Amino acid sequence: MSTAVLTIATTRSNSFARTLRIFLTEARFEFVRLLRTRAFSLAVIGFPVIFYVFFGLIMNRGEHIGSVSVAKYMLAGYAVFGMVGASLFGIGGGLASELSTGWLELKRASPMPPFAYVVAKCCSAAAFGLIIVTLLTLLGITVAHVSITLSEYAQMMALTLVGTIPFACLGMVIALLVPFNAAPGVINMIYLPMSFCGGLWIPIMMLPHVLQKFALLLPTYHLSQLVLAIFGYASAGSTISHWIGLLGFTLVMLGVAAIAYRRLEQNS
Amino acid sequence: MSAVLDPIQAIPFTTGSPVVASLSHITKRYASGVLALDDLSLTLHRGEIVALLGPNGAGKSTAVKLLMGLSAPTSGAVSIFDADPRHATTRLRTGVMLQVGKAPEMLRVREHLNIFRGYYPAPVPYADLVRAAGLEGIESRMFGQLSGGQKQRTLFALALAGDPDLIFLDEPTVGLDIEARRGMWAEIRSLAARGKTVLLTTHYLEEADALAHRIVVINKGRVVCEGTPAEVKSLGAATTGANTSRTLKIIRCVTEVSTPTLLSIPGVTTAELTAGVTVISSTEPERTLRELLALDPSLHSLEVQSPALEDAFLALTSN
Repeated sequence: MSTAVLTIATTRSNSFARTLRIFLTEARFEFVRLLRTRAFSLAVIGFPVIFYVFFGLIMNRGEHIGSVSVAKYMLAGYAVFGMVGASLFGIGGGLASELSTGWLELKRASPMPPFAYVVAKCCSAAAFGLIIVTLLTLLGITVAHVSITLSEYAQMMALTLVGTIPFACLGMVIALLVPFNAAPGVINMIYLPMSFCGGLWIPIMMLPHVLQKFALLLPTYHLSQLVLAIFGYASAGSTISHWIGLLGFTLVMLGVAAIAYRRLEQNS
Repeated sequence: MSAVLDPIQAIPFTTGSPVVASLSHITKRYASGVLALDDLSLTLHRGEIVALLGPNGAGKSTAVKLLMGLSAPTSGAVSIFDADPRHATTRLRTGVMLQVGKAPEMLRVREHLNIFRGYYPAPVPYADLVRAAGLEGIESRMFGQLSGGQKQRTLFALALAGDPDLIFLDEPTVGLDIEARRGMWAEIRSLAARGKTVLLTTHYLEEADALAHRIVVINKGRVVCEGTPAEVKSLGAATTGANTSRTLKIIRCVTEVSTPTLLSIPGVTTAELTAGVTVISSTEPERTLRELLALDPSLHSLEVQSPALEDAFLALTSN
């Protein structure tokens, strides 16, 4: 009796250990794959860095916005720009391609837990987000003498991990709805305007009044305001309103993704 | 040569073997209204190699998808090892090779193999897997750098990674050269000899003929006929109207005898001259040959063949 219980317990813990190992392996190799795919890794890391150097550092005349220096204010915007790019292209681009080639189907037919696939993609995108935010922070500190406390940096890292989720959901929606060939184009058509209108490139209050109102619908706006809040910049809305904005966007995207996935399954 | 090409009834397999997987009275209608499968039933036994043949759009891949639990039937029942194919525990006992456009290109062959091996509690040892799929020497290459045949062999290895009892192979030898194809056939045979069940779809009728214990021909979502390769061939000949199907032979030769003369020889049903070679079909091949050789002493390059599975297949699926 006790042996039988022990055997069952061991089998369970074995299968738990195997499941955990599958999650870790999937995440590790998804990250390795993205890193080796130069078209992805160079663009996704390079663009925010170049943009921040041009607009945040070279154009910087040592002015302040509120209590925050321009270089630090712009750091928030381009950090968000970087993590959004990593999520949209890492998840949207990857999923679109693996859907169209049939690779996802092969994975679904295997004993891999389907959730491991999603988690691996999100973790890899988040890891790229962490790398980008760290690079930008280092640039700000060394070139523009931006002062960032360890606590601020840690909060930015945490926000990067959470902030990946809404854009991962948007990436999934694009991959499910748009044909593979069109996916990179469509992602850019959404990514770039959403970044500009969300105040990631130039401060939101410099945008026309209409766009400032429109920004309330954009997750890029809410996420960048949350990063600015870490820096002690008093933003237009309350912190809680920005969290609600992000949550709302995520739920809408999840709903659309679920409908799109169901439609796809019915036709397969 | 003949050892490889001969149909492999030599390998022990009896229809009395236990049922491993079954589709019973499956109807599958897509949301678009297309009827892909129409009351289709299919049973796979332990240790059996079954080839699913049919023209494009016949419902082959739909049947395979249902068996893999990737799609649900509109009506009817799918059972694998007496369980639902969508259960995780069922998936631990199946391996799949699909026609995949491409696997992630920036991962090495070794990495792909080990990722899939990791899905199973008792995977095939890595070295054995590499040997079985003929991947020696290319293990460190990125998938994107492989030739078409090497990609196919890597995907074949992924299907075998978990030492599964039931293996689905969708067009496994597309893009392989003759040697690699023979190698994969030998591997598939040895799987069946070890009691594994293999379901393969193929466009190469030669492959079905050489490899399968049983051929299931489907068209428009229904089973048109099933049986051993020999049975399917004779059924096909029967539907063409030649009731002396067992004696129908194809004769090829280079001869100066004109086509009208050939058609007047007893037993000849068709005669055609293409690229210098005359192709004759005859229901009385011995008599035809005797007359033919007497008519043309300079006749050479003579070959006599049984009608191919291809002819049977075309006869069965055309209407």
